[in-house]
Amino acid sequence: MRAATPKNGRRVGDKVFLGLLTVTGLSVVAIALLMAWTLGRDAAEPISRFGFFGFLTGTRWDPVSGQFGAWPFVLGTLITSVAALALSFLPALGLAILSAEYAPRWLATIIDYIVDLLAAIPSVVLGIWGILVLAPFLRDRVYQPVFEWVLERAPDQAAWLGNPTGYGLITATLVLALMIVPYTTALARDAIRLVPVEQREAAWGLGATRWEVLRLAVLPYARGGITAGAVLSFGRALGETMAVAMLIGNSARLPLTLFGPAATMPSVIVNEFREAVESLHLAALMGIGLYLFLISLVVNLLAAWLQRRLAPGNVGL
Amino acid sequence: MTGQRISGGPVRGSGANLRRRYLRDRVMLGLVVLASLAVLVPLLIVVWYVVSQGLSALDWDFFTQDLGSPTRAVTGRPTGLAQAIAGTLVVDLTALLVAVPVGIGAGMMLAEYKEHRLNPLLRVLNDTMNGMPAILKGLLIFTLVVRPSGTFSGFAGSLALAIVMLPIIARATEGALTLVPWSIREAGLALGLPRWRVILAAVLPVARPGLVTGVLIAFARAAGEAAPLLLTSLGSNFLPRDPWNPLEYLTKAADTLPQRLYSLAVSPYEQWHAMGWAAGIVLLLLVVVVFLVGRLLTRRDH
Repeated sequence: MRAATPKNGRRVGDKVFLGLLTVTGLSVVAIALLMAWTLGRDAAEPISRFGFFGFLTGTRWDPVSGQFGAWPFVLGTLITSVAALALSFLPALGLAILSAEYAPRWLATIIDYIVDLLAAIPSVVLGIWGILVLAPFLRDRVYQPVFEWVLERAPDQAAWLGNPTGYGLITATLVLALMIVPYTTALARDAIRLVPVEQREAAWGLGATRWEVLRLAVLPYARGGITAGAVLSFGRALGETMAVAMLIGNSARLPLTLFGPAATMPSVIVNEFREAVESLHLAALMGIGLYLFLISLVVNLLAAWLQRRLAPGNVGL
Repeated sequence: MTGQRISGGPVRGSGANLRRRYLRDRVMLGLVVLASLAVLVPLLIVVWYVVSQGLSALDWDFFTQDLGSPTRAVTGRPTGLAQAIAGTLVVDLTALLVAVPVGIGAGMMLAEYKEHRLNPLLRVLNDTMNGMPAILKGLLIFTLVVRPSGTFSGFAGSLALAIVMLPIIARATEGALTLVPWSIREAGLALGLPRWRVILAAVLPVARPGLVTGVLIAFARAAGEAAPLLLTSLGSNFLPRDPWNPLEYLTKAADTLPQRLYSLAVSPYEQWHAMGWAAGIVLLLLVVVVFLVGRLLTRRDH
């Protein structure tokens, strides 16, 4: 009996093994689908009451009167994330270039370690620094002087500056930029490293200076990876929760002032979740989660598509 | 592909032109260095602040006492974060226990059974899950576990963190296995070994450092997450009745360092702020050590 089994036993072994792997693969698929399904189900009430776009674009969020619109938070998320990416992109690219092109090997190794470590700093750690050090500093040294100066010169302009408490849109954006900058750097650096040496040598051979090598040969070749990395960082900024929740001041009004308080989609979820006693309020927070899910989905798929589309060898204009 | 602009460019040089080009080269180097400092300096300042502010609160009590009510800290009675440290260990390790088998399995499927029909979908969804905000993973577990079970629990927190770790582990596994040359698999198959034995006995050992690095990086990433825990394990100011029994943390609301740090930082008590900084040191150390060990493992191997 033992002698007859090897062939069958082998087939059974392979089948069982592949079966187990399929279960793990399916559970990843199931988690993703469950996330979409549960968010959609739990958000049904506000969406059916206010309409999918009505809830999305509603500008009033008032749990007391049962009015829920997600637009202040959607706008807050988009403004802070776009601004944080804009602030951090060029510095990140600079550091990536320094590490990948200019620095001697030992220095590049050190920089890479530091960047990867900084990328691992937990969000709450930046948050406590922001709340106890940066925000009071900015309030005393920047926001209030600017606010008073404007109040003296052009009092009618003070409205769009907003209340200079230190906790608001700009402070949150600054810390958000700090959060994503190591991540952008690491992705840009990897993209630059992937550029073949021949590409550089060709430019050197034409008599290009170092900067010209970079501009003509390296950066165009790496731009797919760099762009995709920037989009991924943007996605990271969209979902960044704790540091923003600690610094943005948490106001459900439209974020139309510079210094004033605002809120983002993740920050309103984490701040109001535990207080949401009414089922409609909770469902509205789930609805915000659903929009956050959809926006993140689009951004991630866009990054994957960019990476493939702008990949070297597929650059054609 | 990228050469098209070179023809009109740099090589047409009289002396003045050349000098201008060198000048631009220098200016650009200067800008690159400036940009780099703009990135590194603020972040290093943050680290320096955390360490210098938190050190004073890092004493024996910090590791052995639980937090209790704010009056304890304000009146100077012994208080610490023992409940958060223990909770972090239990919750994070349980998450690892859940995420590692599933993540490695999914990664193996992507790398070793490339022809499998499930793979294109699996790859896209895994990458998408990797990019999904952690707070959504907390919401998912809240809906699936906390609400039906009627209680916040450390185990729910573990599940949420496991979902944070999973896609990272799967990706790292796929990457590490793909690096193993096909000749190793062919050698194994030529010996008459079945495919699963080849994968487990020949491919996996070669890829092990890469796997371990992936797991450690996933752990470091999840250990810093506070948002999903606020919705699942909630937090607690006290050690459970039997502090050495992990089940006490898993079955009831449990405290963890990142989520406790948040609560301390937004509290109005100065003593709690100091403890928040100290929690920041511990958290940073945990993340940094795990991360460095992970990196060193792969560096030596390649």
